[in-house]
Amino acid sequence: MSTALADPNAARAHARSMGDTVAEAMPILPPRADDLPAGVAPDDLLWEETIAAGGYASRILARGSRLRLIDLAGDACASLLLFNAAMPTERLNIADTVKVQWDAYPAAGSVLLSDMGRVLASIVDDDAGTHDAFCGASNEASNRRHYGDGRNSGAYPNARDRLLLGAAKHGLGRRDVHPCINLFKGVRIADNGAVAPQLGPFAPGRSLVLRAEMELILVIANCPHVLDPRAWTITPLRVTAWRGAETASDDPIRAATPERLRAFLNTEDLYRR
Amino acid sequence: MKNESHFDGLTGPVIHDEIVAARAPWRHRLNAGETLRVVDLEGNQAVDFLLYAAADDAERYSAQDTIAAQGNIFLRSGSVLLSNEGRPMMTIVGTSVEYHDTIGGACSCESNSLRYGHHTRAQHSCVDNFLEANLRDGRGKRDIVSNVNFFMNVPVEADGALGIVDGISAPGLTVDLRAEMDVIVLVSNCPQINNPCNGFNPTPVRMIVTA
Repeated sequence: MSTALADPNAARAHARSMGDTVAEAMPILPPRADDLPAGVAPDDLLWEETIAAGGYASRILARGSRLRLIDLAGDACASLLLFNAAMPTERLNIADTVKVQWDAYPAAGSVLLSDMGRVLASIVDDDAGTHDAFCGASNEASNRRHYGDGRNSGAYPNARDRLLLGAAKHGLGRRDVHPCINLFKGVRIADNGAVAPQLGPFAPGRSLVLRAEMELILVIANCPHVLDPRAWTITPLRVTAWRGAETASDDPIRAATPERLRAFLNTEDLYRR
Repeated sequence: MKNESHFDGLTGPVIHDEIVAARAPWRHRLNAGETLRVVDLEGNQAVDFLLYAAADDAERYSAQDTIAAQGNIFLRSGSVLLSNEGRPMMTIVGTSVEYHDTIGGACSCESNSLRYGHHTRAQHSCVDNFLEANLRDGRGKRDIVSNVNFFMNVPVEADGALGIVDGISAPGLTVDLRAEMDVIVLVSNCPQINNPCNGFNPTPVRMIVTA
């Protein structure tokens, strides 16, 4: 105990003196970014945050919002959950996402589908190309085996428990943490079914842009991929979101395949009010 | 329909034996140590399958944890079905089919509308079976996650092409699962008629539980 902080006024002064501290991983309020794409007005910026290595974040995003994720140093792993904000029992269905699109490897032009046959988000831009729909989140047991500890309160938090904390801040619980997609760390599947992870480290600055096709609760954990064999290796993840137009009827992703078109028709039907 | 050969290789006493009708749901509790044999009576009948820990049903089967732990998308003899908290729920102790699926998920009225068209809306689906069975225990839609599809074949090609294709099962083939904890087994005997998972003809399956 510090005697200098023994009275509330001193404690207040001490607390307030920290207010301008800048950390590597933190949200910027109001959001500010000097690298927005051409045509995006600074006033349309919604969210600017760097998620810590081993950290998490959650956020509600309006329909049409763009979400850019940047793997700043080449070893981020963004485990993503998506919910319909108005009815969170509707959520990402990763099996339907790969099955309906006849494609194991989500990439630019892919959509992320809900369990109600609707589009939660589209991948409008992706220069990473290494993502994983199959291996899911690490958990306390898998981190304990690999790192000796997996608790939120320890040095090696696991992705599932990070997703749980993010979901809980929207009133959600253990039953709501569904199979996720891992972004920036990938897998390829061999003929015999074997899973070959693509873990990098990759070049710094790879990015992916999602377009919210529904009002979303999104939860992101940034923890090492569950199959990463290295000693604890994870680097910060930058997220930036801005307002954008809802998807038009002539959008190239919407029209690309009959399955995607019907998923957009189902989504548009939800908002026909 | 019932054939004595369906018991071949089972050792413990039979404590339950039931035919699940084509298109129907099924729910059954197994205690740790008991074994469930699923018999594909007429061949290539997808059996959609979920597990919940009986003591705490927020802990349930996790396809992703299972795939990551074994480094393979196919479920074979020896595969351990893990929970979302990384614990063994059941082990496939034997199967006469080369492999089973756990990436294809369950058919639903909604995904059918995407895969085949909105004309399929009135058709029955596995998610409706899972919902009906879960609602009886106080679970609901939040409790439905990526499942196992016994006797279903979902290969992934080198270019990423993925799909439900002709089955590799046959009449009388089986899968045996030993419970590693007390579990609630939830099954949808798949009613799908728009792809080859049931040979376009849903048929009954047999469930034999031994102690």
